[in-house]
Amino acid sequence: MLNTAGAPVVEARDVTVAIGGRPVLRGNDLVVREGEFVALMGANGSGKSTLVRALTGLRPLTQGSVLLFGTPLHDFRARHRIGYVPQRGTATGGVPASVREVVASGRLTRRGLLRPTSRADRAAIADALEVVGLGDKAGDGISTLSGGQQQRVLIARALAGEPDLFFLDEPTAGVDLPNQQALADALRTLSGRGATVVLVAHELGPLEPLVDRAVVMRDGRIAYDGTPLSHEDVHGHHHPVDARHDHVPHVGSPFDTLAHDHREGDR
Amino acid sequence: MSLTELLDLLGHDFMQRALLAALLTGLAAPAIGTFLVQRRLALLGDGIGHVAVTGVALGLLTGTSPTWTAVVVAILGAVLIEVIREQGHTNGDVALALLFYGGLAGGVLITGLAGEGAASLQVYLFGSVTSISATEVWYTAGLAVVVLTLTLGLLPQLFAVASDPEFARVAGLRVRFYNLLVAVLAAVSVTVAMRTVGLLLVSALMVVPVATSQQLARSFRATLLAAMVLGGLAAVGGLVVSAWLSARATVAPGPSIVLLALAMFAATWPVGVWLRRRRRLAEPFPIVAVDAPDSPDAHGVAGHDERAHDHRHDHEHGDDCGHPAVRHGDHVDYVHDGHRHAPHGEHYDEH
Ligand SMILES: Nc1ncnc2c1ncn2[C@@H]1O[C@H](COP(=O)(O)OP(=O)(O)O)[C@@H](O)[C@H]1O
Ligand SMILES: [Mg+2]
Ligand SMILES: [Zn+2]
Ligand SMILES: [Zn+2]
Ligand SMILES: [Zn+2]
Ligand SMILES: [Zn+2]
Repeated sequence: MLNTAGAPVVEARDVTVAIGGRPVLRGNDLVVREGEFVALMGANGSGKSTLVRALTGLRPLTQGSVLLFGTPLHDFRARHRIGYVPQRGTATGGVPASVREVVASGRLTRRGLLRPTSRADRAAIADALEVVGLGDKAGDGISTLSGGQQQRVLIARALAGEPDLFFLDEPTAGVDLPNQQALADALRTLSGRGATVVLVAHELGPLEPLVDRAVVMRDGRIAYDGTPLSHEDVHGHHHPVDARHDHVPHVGSPFDTLAHDHREGDR
Repeated sequence: MSLTELLDLLGHDFMQRALLAALLTGLAAPAIGTFLVQRRLALLGDGIGHVAVTGVALGLLTGTSPTWTAVVVAILGAVLIEVIREQGHTNGDVALALLFYGGLAGGVLITGLAGEGAASLQVYLFGSVTSISATEVWYTAGLAVVVLTLTLGLLPQLFAVASDPEFARVAGLRVRFYNLLVAVLAAVSVTVAMRTVGLLLVSALMVVPVATSQQLARSFRATLLAAMVLGGLAAVGGLVVSAWLSARATVAPGPSIVLLALAMFAATWPVGVWLRRRRRLAEPFPIVAVDAPDSPDAHGVAGHDERAHDHRHDHEHGDDCGHPAVRHGDHVDYVHDGHRHAPHGEHYDEH
């Protein structure tokens, strides 16, 4: 399933980020090709969000470079080509807003200043809501929706600009199972349309079948990059009988699995 | 005062100028105020108002038009406040307070130096019907039109930046520029409102109509437009009330405008409560609490289905995570759903 033929959409070289003098990302290389569905995984605090923020230009690099669609981030102007769903983004502010208004914000990448919404804008907004299954909620106040539905609205917002590349930061965290299913359906539609997806997730759940490639972070470094790991590989029990088990590769466990006598644990 | 006398008074030139200024103020202040409320900066207008007092005093001292000195100082103050806020200093709060009180104290001091009494400053602090000259009405009108054109014209951009600055940045919007623009427009609105509601009450006209309209509106645009209508009504109505009362006592228009705006809020509040209740009743039952990962006992949610179990490991077991800690040989287990979790690197083993 690994798509090595497509053109590189994201090319990150030696991406290093320090926050307040503390290194958070250390020398990460990552190439994502057109049409790939990449899951960025790893424990809380391993640097997944920071990596995504570095790739979108929200977090300045201490060292290294990022190219999006072959253009250095600094000169990248084709903002309509990327769609971003922030982690734990909140759709509500101090003033009521309708679902349609929030989704329409995502269309600004394709709208000029001081221009009224065109027919194409309205169609894209309606389509984005349709894809996440909230077509009938366009006029509702955003604060009247459940958390899972609000998360889907944020995905629709990213969709409204009709981007080719999506960065989604833990869209399923804290979302109930039916909403996770709806999210998975929306992402399947996007992926089917040829979009490239970089998805941060602690656990994949219903998204698992969509993933072409898994990148696992540990302590600010990419510890594994390759075919998706089964649930057991990442979170299952991999305690070698051997008492020297040193917890190190841990999440990079496929090698671990080969190297050690694998005990399924006491489940 | 009889009705004919009131109508007679309203027919005067100075009164018509004041009414025009009040109407424009009432429209412009809530328009920009809606963005401040959205960004949870409802008191920014108040801070700018305090800083503008120094601007007025500088005008009095130098003999230039206080309107213009106030505009300049208010804009400088607003930009400074925005910069302090953006830098996110931990003591940004205190820095803002220093600016507010410095502005007010500086204004009163400089007014004294200018040899003017408190009365001349009073006109700017609480508004005045009679002090507005014909040229000042034109300044006011021009500034109000600028504020309205930019806020309404850039509404989609300003809304996007105010509701999610990170998303807006990724979408290529110049977030800092728009934030500064809102601060500058707020400063301009403060100066526009200075002649009618006055600098100390201006913030009320930016915020109270918004609080009123959001009781009833569902969308941002509707909230903003309704707030403008309410602000216009309150400003014009309050001015007429103060003119009407002026036969008996000197009442500055500021307090009557603000009290009228508050009365509108009080009148719509029960309606808002009822509407919110009705909407809540119409909602389906939530399946799982949205903020489950943050609550101490999120993992209890779905019994012990294996997947649900793994999905709920979003917190680190620890001293006060709510799960009983049990000593187990060389480590500690946490009792969880009838079995034990032993922290192991990034996950838990079952013991
Ligand atoms: N704004 C910030 N200020 C200080 N530290 C931060 C900030 N953002 C992230 N970090 C630190 O960087 C590390 C990685 O964080 P993050 O990228 O959010 O991890 P993840 O998304 O994998 O949970 C953490 O140790 C976190 O404390
Ligand atoms: Mg994160
Ligand atoms: Zn283990
Ligand atoms: Zn616990
Ligand atoms: Zn368990
Ligand atoms: Zn144990």
